Amino acid sequence: MIGLSHYLTVAAILFTLGVLGIFINRKNIIVILMSIELILLAVNINLVAFSTHLGDIVGQVFALFVLTVAAAEAAIGLAILVVFFRNRGSIAVEDVNMMKG
Amino acid sequence: MNAAQIVMPALGPAMPELILTVGVLVLILYGAFKGERSAEGVSVGALMLLILALFAVVSQPMGTKVTTLNGAFIVDGFARVMKSLTLLGSAAAILLAKDHFERERIARFEYPILILLSTIGMLIMASANDLIALYMGLELQSLAAYVIASFHRDDLRSTEAGLKYFVLGALSSGMLLYGASLIYGFTGSVSFPGIVTALRESSGLGVVLGIVFLAAGVSFKLAAVPFHMWTPDVYEGAPTPVTAFFASAPKMAAMAMAVRVFIGAFPGVTDEWRQIIVFIAIASMVLGSFAAIGQRSLKRLMAYSSIGNVGYALIGLAAGTQEGVRGIVIYMAIYLAMTLGAFAVILSLRRGRRMFETIDDLAGLSRTHPWLAFCLAMMMFSLAGIPPLAGFFAKFYVFAAAIQAGLNALAVIGVVTSVVGAFYYLRLVKVMYFDEPQEAYEPMGPGLRIVLGLSSVVVILFWLLPAPLVGAAGAAARSLF
Repeated sequence: MIGLSHYLTVAAILFTLGVLGIFINRKNIIVILMSIELILLAVNINLVAFSTHLGDIVGQVFALFVLTVAAAEAAIGLAILVVFFRNRGSIAVEDVNMMKG
Repeated sequence: MNAAQIVMPALGPAMPELILTVGVLVLILYGAFKGERSAEGVSVGALMLLILALFAVVSQPMGTKVTTLNGAFIVDGFARVMKSLTLLGSAAAILLAKDHFERERIARFEYPILILLSTIGMLIMASANDLIALYMGLELQSLAAYVIASFHRDDLRSTEAGLKYFVLGALSSGMLLYGASLIYGFTGSVSFPGIVTALRESSGLGVVLGIVFLAAGVSFKLAAVPFHMWTPDVYEGAPTPVTAFFASAPKMAAMAMAVRVFIGAFPGVTDEWRQIIVFIAIASMVLGSFAAIGQRSLKRLMAYSSIGNVGYALIGLAAGTQEGVRGIVIYMAIYLAMTLGAFAVILSLRRGRRMFETIDDLAGLSRTHPWLAFCLAMMMFSLAGIPPLAGFFAKFYVFAAAIQAGLNALAVIGVVTSVVGAFYYLRLVKVMYFDEPQEAYEPMGPGLRIVLGLSSVVVILFWLLPAPLVGAAGAAARSLF
């Protein structure tokens, strides 16, 4: 029987993968954008699992809001990435280094 | 549900947000039809909208608490004060930008529009009464801010700042959201009053984990240690008026959000979150004062200064009392004046199209521009917390609240780090007054004059008339308890 804890575990693993993807990845900013999506989808799994478990619709409404915002976030991220590429000629992570920090 | 039960929610309490929303849509259309030459008109329109929204905020009835949109949106004394500060900060960001952007030839009508959109998000953050409204406000604020950071789109540093801000900002929103989902799951409610009721019965490990993630997201938006790493780079890379904006209005909203979440939703479990806030406050104060010592760039210096100042304001939150919240409101209001004044001076260091942004460029400013040097010196003395300037009172109220709440160690660390911080603030004064002068800079534009004049008046003369601000902050704090 698959219960709430299984969903939460999957979501936690996806969330961790997403966070690791941002910090360990040394290659490409597109991979970072994908990791961000992964984090948001992990949250959605959490929200929908809790919503079903509690018998409360609010969690699913929240998940829809998150989906919408994720789309907007991806659009803005790609737009900034394109502008950066035009100036720098590269989207490798190690080339984002004009300022130390 | 039958049709009779579906009623239109009362929109009156959300009037400032509605004014800005409708106004910004009109301005977008105006800008789109008029093209590139509309930048000036849109800026003026945006300023008028912000002033209109400020009147709408101020004219909302005092001392009452109104919720609307099914309890997702609350208007109380705290929301009114924080919204007023946010609107002032946004208006200053538009005033500061005009001259600078015209010289850099990037005066486009999108800038005031993005500022307005970001401001709407900030107002929603200050009024959020459930996790969904909080998240939507936060995202509206952040998404507009990412674009504003890379506003100088042909400049590599500006776009890099935007990219860094975006990646780390999206990560922090994700963490905040993960925390929100855990809190929803373990309390069964997204609304703050609902969470309070649920936590009265039981609070498990899940909720504490949720609070930790939520605190991580909030401290990122506040640029508090250990989630501060983006701040110096973004502040340095973004165009200077944008940096001034980031250091002012979004901080007000983020602090409002922090108070809403921790005081509004988790008053029953203060012991769980207090240690997190105490740690963040101490780390921010220490890093803000020590890391700034080696900086040459004024913008990086202001970045570390803002990190440190957030640490001081968080002392009030750690206290978790009514006096603490009053201290936060006073601190943020005075910080707004100090930081805007300092940025107005930094923006006026220019000859032709060349901007000067390092500490050495301030050398001998007292002889070439005595008034400018005097105003910056007052800002720096105030940031260092020297009486009778406003910054002293700001620190006084938060430290007093901490001692009343029994957090003596925290207050002592705060005093010690502010002494360390005084070193680099006073070094600027020394450079301005005792180093050899350079060529004079060009005279300031009218927008810079207005912002610098107003913030200097607030900082220098606060001790003559502290009652309005202290009274408003007291009323704001009372509305939360």
